[in-house]
Amino acid sequence: MSNQHQYEVIVVGAGGAGLMAALYASRSANTAVISKLYPTRSHTGAAQGGISAAIGNYEEDRPEWHTYDTVKGSDYLADQDTVEFMCNESPKAVYELEHMGLPFSRTPEGKIAQRPFGGHTNNETGRPVRRACYAADRTGHMILQTLYQQCIKNKVTFYDEFQVLDLLVVNGKAAGVVAIELATSEIHIFHAKAVIFATGGHGRIWEITSNAYANTGDGIAITLRRGLPAEDMEFFQFHPTGIYRLGILITEGVRGEGGVLINDKGERFMDRYAPHVKDLASRDVVSRAEYIEMKEGRGIGGKRYLYLDARPETINKYAAIDGRTNPDGTPYTITGEELLKKLPDIIDFCRTYLGVDPVTQPMPVQPTAHYAMGGIPTNIKTEVIIDENNTVMPGLYAAGEVACVSVHGANRLGTNSLVDLVVFGKHAGINAAEYARGADFEPLPADAADFARQQLDAIRHSKGDEKVYQIGLEMKQVMFDHVGVFRTEAGMTEALAKIRELKERFKHIHLEDSGTVFNTELLSAWELSNLLDLAEVTAASAVARRESRGAHAHEDYPKRDDVNWLKHTLAWLRGKDDVELRYKPVVITKYQPKERVY
Amino acid sequence: MQVTLKVYRYNPEKDKKPHYDTFTLEADPTERVLDLMERIKGLQDGTLTFRRSCAHGVCGSDAMRINGVNRLACKTLVQDVGKKITVEPILGLPVIKDMIVDMEPFFENYRSVMPYFVNNDPPPNGERLQSPEERERFDDTTKCILCAACTTSCPSFWANGKYVGPSAIVNAHRFIFDSRDQAAKERLEILAGQFGVYRCRTIFNCTLACPREIQITKAIGEIKEAIATGNLD
Ligand SMILES: Cc1cc2nc3c(=O)[nH]c(=O)nc-3n(C[C@H](O)[C@H](O)[C@H](O)COP(=O)(O)OP(=O)(O)OC[C@H]3O[C@@H](n4cnc5c(N)ncnc54)[C@H](O)[C@@H]3O)c2cc1C
Ligand code: SF4
Ligand code: FES
Repeated sequence: MSNQHQYEVIVVGAGGAGLMAALYASRSANTAVISKLYPTRSHTGAAQGGISAAIGNYEEDRPEWHTYDTVKGSDYLADQDTVEFMCNESPKAVYELEHMGLPFSRTPEGKIAQRPFGGHTNNETGRPVRRACYAADRTGHMILQTLYQQCIKNKVTFYDEFQVLDLLVVNGKAAGVVAIELATSEIHIFHAKAVIFATGGHGRIWEITSNAYANTGDGIAITLRRGLPAEDMEFFQFHPTGIYRLGILITEGVRGEGGVLINDKGERFMDRYAPHVKDLASRDVVSRAEYIEMKEGRGIGGKRYLYLDARPETINKYAAIDGRTNPDGTPYTITGEELLKKLPDIIDFCRTYLGVDPVTQPMPVQPTAHYAMGGIPTNIKTEVIIDENNTVMPGLYAAGEVACVSVHGANRLGTNSLVDLVVFGKHAGINAAEYARGADFEPLPADAADFARQQLDAIRHSKGDEKVYQIGLEMKQVMFDHVGVFRTEAGMTEALAKIRELKERFKHIHLEDSGTVFNTELLSAWELSNLLDLAEVTAASAVARRESRGAHAHEDYPKRDDVNWLKHTLAWLRGKDDVELRYKPVVITKYQPKERVY
Repeated sequence: MQVTLKVYRYNPEKDKKPHYDTFTLEADPTERVLDLMERIKGLQDGTLTFRRSCAHGVCGSDAMRINGVNRLACKTLVQDVGKKITVEPILGLPVIKDMIVDMEPFFENYRSVMPYFVNNDPPPNGERLQSPEERERFDDTTKCILCAACTTSCPSFWANGKYVGPSAIVNAHRFIFDSRDQAAKERLEILAGQFGVYRCRTIFNCTLACPREIQITKAIGEIKEAIATGNLD
């Protein structure tokens, strides 16, 4: 027997995207949020640097510039209609967060403080513009807390520590979800008119990552198993400044405040790779530059890391060389104390995990798997689409990192994810509630929970000598080595074969916990099965794309190829060793693709 | 180096009462206690159960008692606590399984102090203005990650779980001293009540336990003062 619940709108996930959706959907529809974590544990809380909006609190800025920068940053793979919509909506979204009480840092006049971030420029001068609205280096924490607080105020219904395992589809429409209650292992069926997936990212596929343990791609795995495609999975962002070996993120805001990357010879090497914006080039460019420096033997001590130097004397030296100025025209300088005010958490992380004080010592960094540009394909209304003709599955929505509405294309600009969450989370909530108003509940089949149960039972009853831990490790290593910052045909092919071998081995795992109370071993195993499916789709999509674009840097095909590859990948998981790939065109409105220089 | 981890174990489906298991493993001094627990779960005992997510001290999932002190397992390095490590669940909340406690009473206390922004005036077109000094006034208490390390180290909370506890007070403070907020009075009334700030005996455990280094005792003091004087600066 399963427990049955009925809501008009179900939101799966309680990060920034899910909470924003819930706030809006619950205004007019009977709504519940299901989350495997307590909402405030969601990974949105880890976001540091800022949320971009062209509100120009220091200097001139325009949503059109934000749009162009985002399109260029995406290496022209983003859908330009959705980008334009997001960049036009973002000032409103940021003010709305402020009105909900979000404690942004402030300018001397009391306005929202802003800082420069990679790839965000004044389109006339080409110089970095202060567009990232921030709350110290805890912007995501403040967004998550503020949205959750507003949900409490508005009495939103939550099912905390419930993990969704399956999507119910009846007559071609979304009809609800199946979830397991972590505390009891009881299965719950949530019957709904509309379902919004906001389950976040899947960086846990890679060995070095900035992502939380919970970022296991459940949403995409669930929809893949229900026969839906995943879009642009080959585009996964490697952030250039993860703490060496740990992968913990050092926000790009450090470079926004003037920090620079330094190689073993003491050179500021970004000069050579991006002569205009240097350390503030977009992330794919900087990660590749680091990789080349390390490959050519200029990693620190010959090792696989570089220095991010944010000592005030270094910042001031290079700010003077670059001629950087304050808004009033005076030369830009910073003191150790100011740094501590602006980047308190970064300084704390370095002290805690490295015993390094960034005010007096440089930080060892390396590229870290960070952000999924790809995901569940949606249109501009956040409706999930199921094929290359943009056919909508009625009642199904997706927003946030799990979705690919494609505003980030082949490479996301820093601060654009938080905008994406807030803008598209909100519209998912509005659109789903409106859809629910005009829709009926689809009748559920008697066996609604069967598919979910089968998946868990297969894991519970599997008898072999394979360890979940070991399979996970091998997956992460092969993906980091071969489907990482740089890729080759041979490497990706090897990775794909390896992942398929691991999927076979996964059938012979053995669990020790047969209990029903918080069986986290069972759910970690299920999560690994999700990561394996996503890794397979990622590797298959990547090996097929014979060009280099944004985060997909193919050594055998080092150039972007707009003639053959200016298109989105859609990938279906058809069966064993069978990923079907189809393609759909990119929406181009104002900006014709051209070469990308920073 | 070789490390022994002594772990509090309780599985309600098997154990009549809790016991301890000891695991031995190789570890780097700079590893997190959480890394060790992950490795034990992965390679030695799959039934070991705990919450975790971010692994770098920002999500608040993994507060536990490590060598008797409330800390986050992901923010505690082996070198901080030595080769003999004991981990136990936080105190004052019902243990469900191993490190997992029932967090509901904690969140109930949190919800009771109106932990949300209230301003009923129509908002301006742009932002509501707030000077850097006004923003600074409540900066410290915006950092809370609701990990419960403070509340579950507080003898007054152990004595009576209805006491809202330091964490809830911190979250009330965050709004009471926000120049844009309008509900300070209601919150102060709640905190002046039977289960509010007067249960605090300034024992200071909370401040020492807080992984975000929030000056909790100071924040509680400021609220007591605001209740006494009706003054909010
Ligand atoms: C360290 C770090 C720093 C960053 N800094 C920035 C920044 O400065 N600016 C910026 O724009 N972006 C930044 N990003 C990116 C951005 O923070 C994330 O992309 C974004 O927060 C994702 O939000 P989300 O709501 O989509 O998902 P999340 O916040 O990850 O939330 C996912 C939710 O889904 C739930 N969930 C998942 N699976 C299930 C399931 N099966 N059943 C039920 N619930 C489930 C989880 O419990 C959680 O509530 C950063 C990312 C990282 C990792
Ligand atoms: S005040 Fe500190 S210890 Fe208490 S819940 Fe918040 S972060 Fe944790
Ligand atoms: S796992 Fe997030 S705080 Fe420790």
